[in-house]
Amino acid sequence: MTAPAPLAWYLVLSAVLFGIGVVGVLARRNLIVVFMAIELMLNAVNLTFVTFARARPSMDGHVIVFFVMAVAAAEAAVGLAIILQLFRARETVNADEVTTLRW
Amino acid sequence: MSAVLFLVIAALTVLGAFTVVVARSPVYSALGLVGTLFLIAVLFLSLDAQLLGFLQIIVYAGAIVVLFLFVIMLLNLQAELETLSAPGLVAAAALGGLALAGLVAFGVVRTPLGAPALADGFGNTVPVAELLFTTYLLPFELTSVLLLVAIIGAVVIGKKRLA
Amino acid sequence: MVSAEPLLRWIVLLPALGFLWNVTVGQRAPRTSAVVGPGAVGAAFAIAIVTVLRLYGLEGSHAGTPPMLHDFVYRWIEVGPFHADAAFRLDAISAIAVLVVTGIGFLIHVYSVGYMHDDPSFARFFAYLNLFIAAMLVLVLADNLLLLFVGWEGVGLCSYLLIGFWYEAEANAIAGKKAFLVNRVGDASFVLGLFLLVQYTGTLDVAELQAKAGTLAGTMVGPMTLATLICLLLFGGATGKSAQIPLFVWLPDAMAGPTPVSALIHAATMVTAGVYMMTRLHFLFDLAPAALAVIAWIGALTALVAATIAIAQSDIKKVLAYSTVSQLGYMFLGLGVGVTGAALFHVVTHAFFKGLLFLGVGSVIHGMHGEQDLQKMGGLRRHMPGTYWTMLVGTLAISGVPFLSGFYSKDEIIAGAFLGPHPQPLLGVIGYVVAVLTAFYMGRLFFLTFFGEERFDHHHVHPHESPWTMLGPLVVLAVLSALGGALDVAGRVNHFIGAHHEEATPFGMLILAGALAFIGLGAAWYAYVREPSLPEQVATAAGGLYRFLRDKWRVDELYDAIVVRPLFALAEFLARIVDPDFVDGAVNGVAEVVAWLSSRWRRLQTGNLQHAALSFLVGALALLGYFVVH
Repeated sequence: MTAPAPLAWYLVLSAVLFGIGVVGVLARRNLIVVFMAIELMLNAVNLTFVTFARARPSMDGHVIVFFVMAVAAAEAAVGLAIILQLFRARETVNADEVTTLRW
Repeated sequence: MSAVLFLVIAALTVLGAFTVVVARSPVYSALGLVGTLFLIAVLFLSLDAQLLGFLQIIVYAGAIVVLFLFVIMLLNLQAELETLSAPGLVAAAALGGLALAGLVAFGVVRTPLGAPALADGFGNTVPVAELLFTTYLLPFELTSVLLLVAIIGAVVIGKKRLA
Repeated sequence: MVSAEPLLRWIVLLPALGFLWNVTVGQRAPRTSAVVGPGAVGAAFAIAIVTVLRLYGLEGSHAGTPPMLHDFVYRWIEVGPFHADAAFRLDAISAIAVLVVTGIGFLIHVYSVGYMHDDPSFARFFAYLNLFIAAMLVLVLADNLLLLFVGWEGVGLCSYLLIGFWYEAEANAIAGKKAFLVNRVGDASFVLGLFLLVQYTGTLDVAELQAKAGTLAGTMVGPMTLATLICLLLFGGATGKSAQIPLFVWLPDAMAGPTPVSALIHAATMVTAGVYMMTRLHFLFDLAPAALAVIAWIGALTALVAATIAIAQSDIKKVLAYSTVSQLGYMFLGLGVGVTGAALFHVVTHAFFKGLLFLGVGSVIHGMHGEQDLQKMGGLRRHMPGTYWTMLVGTLAISGVPFLSGFYSKDEIIAGAFLGPHPQPLLGVIGYVVAVLTAFYMGRLFFLTFFGEERFDHHHVHPHESPWTMLGPLVVLAVLSALGGALDVAGRVNHFIGAHHEEATPFGMLILAGALAFIGLGAAWYAYVREPSLPEQVATAAGGLYRFLRDKWRVDELYDAIVVRPLFALAEFLARIVDPDFVDGAVNGVAEVVAWLSSRWRRLQTGNLQHAALSFLVGALALLGYFVVH
């Protein structure tokens, strides 16, 4: 396939998605939603990589995305296990209520 | 694809992202996430990343989001009354996100990007596999170990502790 | 002509080994110290005689440079071009000193066996005495000034240890401290002199200094030559060690130590270290006539002041202490007018008769069970005849009675004041005045002790003669005091240092000196035997003057007011105010600042996940911004 939309637009889109992800991480109380926002950020980055792979062109970008996906999966599994355990201990997944590691 | 089509898909993707961040119920957020991921898979396809596009659907939309939903169900999370964190934090988040997106966009716009012709089979399984088993062999093996560790870790951490 | 002599080091080592024995084995078996202590010094004396004979054997064979025996032990310090060796030299001067130190040291060690017989710290006493002899020998035999200074400090240390030997009584410890601190002041001056020597000649080796001394006379430092400055600084050290004005105040207090200590250290040996040092460095002092004048004046004035104090003291040892200060003044007077040989001769004769007098007084105190007040003695010649006769010889010798040793040495000095290379006639007159006073106060001491009515409590005090271990040394010293005038000490010294052979003392001066001795003794006999009530009448009539003399010119009080009190006030200030408020304040202040900072800073650790994420964001933004902009 040739000539999708100008590649710069893809990059702008991924920047916007990343920004929205950042907002989600910082502005939501629910830890599960925070997690989802993190996945959002990862995907934005994936989009960036694929765009550049198309631009150069080089398959290396695809390989990196491959790895990112694998790692993201692993991270999601472990992270959700932790949240599960947290909920069992504290009855909450509210970020404001798990602050015992303070001064 | 034409630029117009791209804009439509892009707009929908952003909408999906917003849903993730803004929705009251975590289930709605998850649904937003699925949509966003799916649309990103479409974008991958438009960039001649066929393997990745399908992998995206299989792994991300198919496995990870399902995992999220499982946990949400397990914890029986309801819609929240107060979704947002402290106002200061929200303000900082908005500012930060804006700054970040702006900065990246600013940097991006200045770099010249072309869309050169592609080799045959670009974006398919074969070139990816070639790279995986030659240049990136070590990361590949390590990633497999990582996945094993993650499985064991998740199982151990998630077990119900006896009192 | 220099010849190697490896025996020299043993003169020093044997007493040092004695010290080690007494301080280890001696503590378990004190009676061994009675043999090891004197034995070590006696052996050193024997070796000294052997080496001195060898030295004299060299003398006849070579004309030109004076003969010398040398023992290089090892290279002690080597820093760039400067070096100082552990090396000993035996020449005419150190030969005399070595014989005096080991010989009289031996006699006093023997005496101490009897005197300290019942003391529980018998071994410790001999340990300190041996250490002292070793240090004094290092001083006397040293080939360079740095090693000399080691000995100088060593004898100061031993002086402190021995003055405060009976440290359980606080007054003794205080006296020891005073001796050490006052000496320290002198030592500081001495060390400054050494520094200047090193800086301008690059060496402290005596032979090398002698070669380079000429350069020091040429350089000017302010109004004086470098040589003068260095000599004055070195003499500063001598005023401390040899108890001259202004640093003599420790010597009378030093009488708190056992009497053998007073005899050995504070009469015969250590206090003469200053004189010895100046003799050793005669070539340097010869280049600084201004310094010599100062030294002569200080010596003469010290002699006068000390003599006036001595006539008003009641403690028998204090009289002798001030007498020592006074006689030391004579020695410095001699050095100052240029009759170095006579000065060293007086050192030797003084060692004889002052050592004798102190040991005799010790015998008296021993026989009187510790009594030291002259007013409580009297008529002892019937009870202690041996002591009486020997002390008679000593008293006559120090008074300058003709043909005894003191007559010759003292007279050569006074003659030198009129006729010497750097004459000071006025000081010669003072010398005669002091001679009369000396005869008077010694006569006073002698008559009050051995003549007249017995003023002690007959029920509690039973005076008895001392054992032969104490009388023996007394007899030896009496013989030496009587016949010592025959030793040609002055001649040998003058020959060694290249001084012109002096003319014989004019006959008129000899007559005058003898007459003054008899006048002084006669006056004392009249006042204390013939008319015993006379002294009291004179004292009452003189009133304030008498009290001034008895209170030793109130010098201690003066020093207390201008030095001691201000120092303590400063120390109080520093301890009460500067240390807690400033030093502690600064240190605590730093801690408090850190604590305050951390109390503010740790608020960052909220434990909130998203706060941490926010910090990530800020950091990422900063980095990104940097890379995008550049």
